[in-house]
Amino acid sequence: MSLYYVQKLLYQLNRDAATRAQFTEDMDSVLAGYALTEEELTAIRMPDIGLLYVLGVNGQLLMHYAALKQFEWEDYLQAMRDGVAEHGPVRAGIYAMTGE
Amino acid sequence: MPMVFAGVCSHAPGITGRAERGDPVLRDGLCKGFERMRQAIEDSGAEALVVIGAEHFANFFMNNMPAFCIGMGETYTGPIEDDAWLGIKRTDILGSPDLSKRLITNVMNEIDVAYAEEWQFDHGIMVPLHFLTPRYDMPVIPVNINCQGPPLTPLHRAWKFGKALRVACDAAPEKIAIVGTGGISHWPATPDSGKINEEWDRNFLDRFVNNRRRELLSYTDEEIYREAGQGGFEIRTFITVAGATEGATGEVWFYAPIPIFAVGCTVAMMNVV
Repeated sequence: MSLYYVQKLLYQLNRDAATRAQFTEDMDSVLAGYALTEEELTAIRMPDIGLLYVLGVNGQLLMHYAALKQFEWEDYLQAMRDGVAEHGPVRAGIYAMTGE
Repeated sequence: MPMVFAGVCSHAPGITGRAERGDPVLRDGLCKGFERMRQAIEDSGAEALVVIGAEHFANFFMNNMPAFCIGMGETYTGPIEDDAWLGIKRTDILGSPDLSKRLITNVMNEIDVAYAEEWQFDHGIMVPLHFLTPRYDMPVIPVNINCQGPPLTPLHRAWKFGKALRVACDAAPEKIAIVGTGGISHWPATPDSGKINEEWDRNFLDRFVNNRRRELLSYTDEEIYREAGQGGFEIRTFITVAGATEGATGEVWFYAPIPIFAVGCTVAMMNVV
């Protein structure tokens, strides 16, 4: 997995309007710049917010991607809960720190 | 001039972005706490506001993450988030590059601080500014401590950074106010968003306002994560303010858990002696 690059992509989307515009216009041309697995690409494209959370994406990045994809706040929170129910515990990153 | 004001406050995006969903009594209390701090900063005669934040991947990422960074820009912009989502209109914020340069130069005697002439403010700075300098008419100097991407800045280094910042502020001819902004316990942007450990928060605030260095620095990141969530890592900003006011005591002006804001909302000050 390449959690670093998933998060780097979301970091760029969050902070750069030009990247956001390109992503909206031609998502694959942006994704081509990042070394991502098929699972990660699927999670980003759908988007599967719950899977992105389980993969370990930091919420401080993920909540903005969810907002960009028109998720209301409660729907964003529920998507993460659904993700854990479907895909299991968070696999990496800060939320896997103590194994809770 | 000696530092003229030191305080701490919350910065959760829900405070402005989901304002209408908060308990009105608690939200009013929080707003009054912020207003009291705004007034105190104004009464102090502060000519610049140093905001010690814990930004959330708006400028700093794991490709090149500084433990500490101080802004040196002429201007900054914010919020980086969608205006409507945060409830704060995007604007330019005046910096003070000459003062920044002097502070950075002085702090570097003790701490290897990075500096940045570009900085997009996220909610971590914009929410405090929204309340504390609502007309954006006071020069702001942003400071960041890595509270987000482990390995995090050690607590004892945050304390020492506060001491170095104090020396630098006191050496400047300008009147400077500092505000640390973060935590306390919260699980922001996770399925546990809204969870708040009030007992832990109140214990932490007791340590903070009584400036008990040993107790403030005794937490481990594992303990913080377990008891106070990943948002609890932001206590580094409070600890920096405590380091900058070593030997002084303070006062909590407002504290209440407000779950829809996803944090134990806090406004507190430390006496500058």
